Amino acid sequence: MKNQTKKFYDWVDSRVQLGDLVAFMSKKYVPVHSRSIWYYFGGVSLFFFIIQVVTGILLLFYYKGSSDLAYESIRFIMSKVQFGWLIRSMHSWSANLFILSVFIHMFSVYFEKSYRKPREMTWISGMFMFVLALAFGFSGYLLPWNELAYFATKVGTDIVGAVPVVGEPLKYFLRGGDDVTGATLSRFFGFHVALFPGIFTFLLMLHLLLVQRQGMSEPMHLKIIAKAEKKTMPFFPNFMLRDLLLWLIVLNVLAILAVFFPAELGLKADPLASAPAGIQPEWYFLFMFQTLKFLPAHVWFIEGEVLGILLFGLAGLLWLLVPVWDRKSSRGQQNRWINYIGIFSVLFIIILTIIGWVLK
Amino acid sequence: MDQIGSNKPEKKDRRDFLKFLLSLGLTGFGVATIYPVISFLKPPKQAEVEVNSVVAGKLDDIKTGESKIIRFGNKPVIIIHTEDDKFRALSATCTHLDCTVQYKKDEKIIWCACHNGKYDLYGKNISGPPPRPLDKFKVVIKNDELIVSKEA
Repeated sequence: MKNQTKKFYDWVDSRVQLGDLVAFMSKKYVPVHSRSIWYYFGGVSLFFFIIQVVTGILLLFYYKGSSDLAYESIRFIMSKVQFGWLIRSMHSWSANLFILSVFIHMFSVYFEKSYRKPREMTWISGMFMFVLALAFGFSGYLLPWNELAYFATKVGTDIVGAVPVVGEPLKYFLRGGDDVTGATLSRFFGFHVALFPGIFTFLLMLHLLLVQRQGMSEPMHLKIIAKAEKKTMPFFPNFMLRDLLLWLIVLNVLAILAVFFPAELGLKADPLASAPAGIQPEWYFLFMFQTLKFLPAHVWFIEGEVLGILLFGLAGLLWLLVPVWDRKSSRGQQNRWINYIGIFSVLFIIILTIIGWVLK
Repeated sequence: MDQIGSNKPEKKDRRDFLKFLLSLGLTGFGVATIYPVISFLKPPKQAEVEVNSVVAGKLDDIKTGESKIIRFGNKPVIIIHTEDDKFRALSATCTHLDCTVQYKKDEKIIWCACHNGKYDLYGKNISGPPPRPLDKFKVVIKNDELIVSKEA
């Protein structure tokens, strides 16, 4: 058996020179220091993405993407298909944990200033994936075609419509018409299962390629330590095995959540029903939703909503471009302002999320 | 690069001309590819039936202090049977962010659950984020039937 494996390896190696790859893998080291734990969240995010792809493909075998059949097909999955409830609950839980893990990954990279030269492209590709992750969440939320999803989509797309100049045509494009209808569901279904996964996979490959090529970023304070004194760990197999162990733990947590707190379905969307009391968006949109709620109807001469959207848009753009304007970190100097902005953002998100949660 | 050739002005002109033709062709090709795709993505305008009035049901379908949402064309309209035995019809689409409103019997207001917008029974926005009043509709009673129509 071992001989057979060796033979197969040699057969491939003589054609595509695997030796280079093995040499590269064995020479790759991961820095070991007090903040090494943050290195694992990228891998955990990747794991959730893989789970989403697998469970998503399974759901596709039964899901029907039309306003007449979507709700019924999910009810069928939840009640008739064997383990259907488990697959759907895992997809729903994994979506939430994916976004949580991505949030942690993003903020840890931000606070370590790992986006600094030469890793600007890794940061920017990651930020595009972050936006796509939110878009995945928003589009997937509509697919069960239930009451909550219907109104969340009405509100979400109407907010898009408030953006000056491009808002109205964009809203029409997203909805596939003037209102949220079956046409919107078809579009969101297409975005969710074809367009977004395609773009995301491409960005992910780029992101991982950059990480492999450049290696892990070290915290800035380690720069002064002589190279010989630095502690490291081989990527293969040491770091990878730790990664896999963590994935196993995460999978267990996910299974527990999915079993004990299965995803709900609610009532079918009805265009003639009133929005139910206590309606809220998903938790990761809650801080923006709550901010918009606090803004008065009119600030000076612009509508509160428009002002809020413009401010969030501007903040997002600055966040995306942080490697460009934070020159100090790239030169290896301390930049305290980055920490202040980061702490402010984290507190802002947490506090407004809690307020939104409590004020239900 | 061909040193002798590039020094001759007429050859450079010819190359520029070819470059121009090529880029024109490429642009044309790009437009011919993208234009149908963008047009495809734009949802076609559905022929909307112009609705001017709708029979909302029998007079005693809506009891005093109750409300009902009916379809007017493809928009929801809320009909409220007020305590003083009058019928009011208003657009049920919240002017804030497109949610569907409801009648709150205990407070005698129209309420939107999405962002806590409130309107009085004339559709006037009285609290919360709604920027405008709800559009009004006319209610006529004919042969025990409620007929809702657009305000003239």
